[in-house]
Amino acid sequence: MKFDTLTERRLSRRQVLGLGGAALVMSNLLTSQLLASPKEARAKLAEFANGAFQNKGKVTILLPSLTQDGKRTRIQVGVQSPMTDEDYVKSVHILAERNTEPVVASYHFTPMSGRCEFVTRLRVAKSQTIIVGAEMNDGSFYVAKARCNVARGAGGCG
Amino acid sequence: MKPQVPRIDIPESAKLGETILIRTKIRHVMETGWRKTSEGKTIERNRLTKFTCSFEGQHVITADLGSGISEDPYFAFYAKVPRAGSFTFRWEGDNGQLVTDTVAIKITQNS
Repeated sequence: MKFDTLTERRLSRRQVLGLGGAALVMSNLLTSQLLASPKEARAKLAEFANGAFQNKGKVTILLPSLTQDGKRTRIQVGVQSPMTDEDYVKSVHILAERNTEPVVASYHFTPMSGRCEFVTRLRVAKSQTIIVGAEMNDGSFYVAKARCNVARGAGGCG
Repeated sequence: MKPQVPRIDIPESAKLGETILIRTKIRHVMETGWRKTSEGKTIERNRLTKFTCSFEGQHVITADLGSGISEDPYFAFYAKVPRAGSFTFRWEGDNGQLVTDTVAIKITQNS
């Protein structure tokens, strides 16, 4: 047998297409089984709010409206607050409606933070709405939402 | 895979009471625990679950990390510098993984 790697191991166009198709079917099967529903995310949010009214405002989210890289999508969250001992943000929760686990992360701040603003990277499994809930030290709760579309096949396994 | 030395970007010095930006990144696979290999075996869960930053024993920020945090977790946040001292960063993960790092910060006197 001739062992000419570069020419022999190269897949034909048909094989490549077949592989892609198989991967697509696999990913669809996986996602349909595992992903959470917006209902679940809302339930979690209500849990975090602890009975407080979910106000709008104060929270800003910077998230790409379309991402090619669902594996690491940059999110910037800011909450308007003086961050003094009397008035500060206690915690910020990030929820992804259609990820496997809707609760992505919870951040707990103190007046030592100085400013309630942070950047991190998320796994976005598929096009969905990201919800950010901020809990103030007086118990009030603020919510903001941002839509993130994920290009086909670019979803992160989150 | 063991987590490696974290990368922490922090100014060398700050004014008294100034709020500084700290950027952190640590290399980690953040394996969710529900992916499968081509043979059908489940890849073992391996995540960082908690991040803490403290200044001389005082908590600055704590983060509970879930499955939706990307691999090689990057996190940038702000912290106040009440006096000269050092910031301690601590990552905790599954199976008792622990990474800590301490960075000292000086105070500049000129206003």
